[in-house]
Amino acid sequence: MFLRMLMRAATLRRGRAASALLAMVVAAAVATAMLNLYVDVQAKLRKEFRNYGANVVVIGKDGQALPADALPKVDSALAGHGLAVPFAYIVARTSDGQSVVVSGTNLDQVRKLDSWWSVTAWPNTSQDALLGTRAAAVVSPQGKPFDLSFQGHTIHLNPAGTLRTGASEDSLIYLSLTDFENWTGVQPSTIEIAFSGSSEEIAALIQMLSQTLPTTDVRPIRQIMEAEARVLGKTRATLAAAAILIIATAALCVLSTLIGWVFDRRRDFAIMKALGASEGLITGFFAAEAAALGAVGAIGGFGIGVGVAAWIGRVNFHAPVVPRFNILPAVFVGSIAVALISAVLPIFLLRRVQPAMILRGE
Amino acid sequence: MFGRLVYESFRRQKRRKLLAGIAITLGVGVATAMLAVATDIGNKISRELRTYGANLIVTPQEDTLDVQIGGVDLKPPSDGAYLNEADLPKIKGMFWRNNIVGFAPMLPISVRVNSDAKNFTLLGTYFSKRLTLGKEDFVTGVRITHPWWKVQGAWPDDNSSDVLLGESLAAKLGRKAGDDIEIAAQTHHIAGILSTGGAEDNQIIAPLALTQQILGKPGAVRRVYVSALTKPEDAFARRDPQTLRGAEYDRWYCSPYAASIAFQLQEAIPHSHAEQIRQIAQNEGTVLSRIKGLMLLVTLAALFASALAVSAAMATAIFERRAEVGLMKALGAGSLSVAALFFAEALLLALIGGALGFTGGALLAHQIGRSIFDSQITIEPVLFPVILAIAVIVTFAGSAMAIRRAVKFDPVYALRGEA
Repeated sequence: MFLRMLMRAATLRRGRAASALLAMVVAAAVATAMLNLYVDVQAKLRKEFRNYGANVVVIGKDGQALPADALPKVDSALAGHGLAVPFAYIVARTSDGQSVVVSGTNLDQVRKLDSWWSVTAWPNTSQDALLGTRAAAVVSPQGKPFDLSFQGHTIHLNPAGTLRTGASEDSLIYLSLTDFENWTGVQPSTIEIAFSGSSEEIAALIQMLSQTLPTTDVRPIRQIMEAEARVLGKTRATLAAAAILIIATAALCVLSTLIGWVFDRRRDFAIMKALGASEGLITGFFAAEAAALGAVGAIGGFGIGVGVAAWIGRVNFHAPVVPRFNILPAVFVGSIAVALISAVLPIFLLRRVQPAMILRGE
Repeated sequence: MFGRLVYESFRRQKRRKLLAGIAITLGVGVATAMLAVATDIGNKISRELRTYGANLIVTPQEDTLDVQIGGVDLKPPSDGAYLNEADLPKIKGMFWRNNIVGFAPMLPISVRVNSDAKNFTLLGTYFSKRLTLGKEDFVTGVRITHPWWKVQGAWPDDNSSDVLLGESLAAKLGRKAGDDIEIAAQTHHIAGILSTGGAEDNQIIAPLALTQQILGKPGAVRRVYVSALTKPEDAFARRDPQTLRGAEYDRWYCSPYAASIAFQLQEAIPHSHAEQIRQIAQNEGTVLSRIKGLMLLVTLAALFASALAVSAAMATAIFERRAEVGLMKALGAGSLSVAALFFAEALLLALIGGALGFTGGALLAHQIGRSIFDSQITIEPVLFPVILAIAVIVTFAGSAMAIRRAVKFDPVYALRGEA
């Protein structure tokens, strides 16, 4: 009987029930989208922040070279969540006796790590060098091949392209690590690491690397980490404030629609009461109806909300926001709670009224 | 008669009007707050991004190559050109002076410490120096341009001969804050231990004047780091100023691009070369545009949600009054006059709710700005008519469906109480 009443209530007067359901679905969708965005935005922004380059650096203690197995160890510690690039440095002499710092590195990886480098052409064959703009003006003003010497060994290099960063890299000459090692025999002394993760994860990585590589200094690059944490924190706080406001507005929308819907049915309420239904039963009936509405609305809204969040992710970050199913319970419970409140509130107001008054149309 | 109808409707049905009014006020309030936050978020985040430090660097035009590895300078100290310290306050006299958050001059020199055989790098700079240009006073130095520098102990005064010791160097030399250290045959007090996570951890940092005195070159500065608020780079920003003509040149010069601020720095400081630090300047634009885009989309969601809330409240309010419509129609009112009555009521509600909501939203935005960004979020007064117009349009749109249905309803059924 109870079930039948519920079914009839939903199928008769379809228009009103549908508009209440619509409000519920939209509210749940908006809440889902905001929560999903809030949870996922950190990962999305972190990816953007990794364009700032390395956030951890491994340096040999007192300027020593790193142990030969340092890079594989770092790579295995990163487990695919970042990029590690080795750098070796020496001071070489040009043919007219000027000092210039030469660095050997993995150029393909540097290109990914330091995406802000403005490079005219990346070297791709052996004996090709990438010259910082200021170094280029000294060693090869006309773009001609040049010689560099280090401890009696001379190398002949072709300038492949020039590099502009506005920082100390402008004074350097970059070679591929193989050319560099064949020429100087010097091993990398620095590994720059761009690791994607929260500050706790970075701290754990640093701890782990310091233990596996005891002869090195593993340091966070505070400039990058602190600014990132700050900007990320402020963005998330703003988004949280926006999410609270939007969810509150959506809940308000549901509340006003549902209260209107229940008020509208005060004649049903009066008839049930006149026929001898107890107040508990009537409240239970309306509550069950509201809960069912909330549940259906929450499920439908969740699906739409995930879609909206994915769309925002695609438009703004060029990568969809991953659906988070762990927010489903929150949306579900929240929807039912709002629906229950908006159903029970008018019942308490109507309880004091005599059924006869309502039925008479007053 | 029409005016009286509207007036009586407001006087008699306070509860219903109140519910719809609250919905409009809250909806408009949320919309106002979100619009205000979204329009200002660019400035706020741009200021937060300045915690990444300087985005421009000024060096002498005839500079020689830097020869340093891991922050240790291997260049002979006499080598290279210098900028003149006396020119620096001119930075605050440029066209974009209000966009300059701060600047810090640097003078690295090589010194002997404690008659140790090895040379160490001594870096001279401003910590928090008060400078004057014309009548204007301002404070600048590494504490503004390098906010990630942390000091254990105290920051030295710019006019003192106290120094900071880098963390790693302090550990190596076994010194702590409050000890003395002998630099270039003079005893200096260590005010604090500096931790930066960079090359400075192995250096001694001293006031610029003291460093110049040790070097024997008063007024010498090797380079200047400038932290400026800039506009993200676009295709126009990348144009070479030499090729621009007339109005285009003026537009380029008067936009706060990193490139045009660098150009003006070069004009302000004689014999200098200014360049953007690409790592900071280039990425700033991307991060900023992502966050702005995100807030814009979220604001759209907020506007949508508040529009929906207002519509729902209006629809409910009108739906409840079918009996009245029936009565009016039975007494001979046309559909048009009934609709006009409802729209007039909706207009009044929208205007009152919109005005209240705007005030509430402004307060809310102010609160968000204060608690998240520690600074004001200002609301443009231009927004007020815009918000009111939006409130009226949304209220009308929300009411239209309900009014249409109410007007179409047969008066006989309505009066008999069947809905």
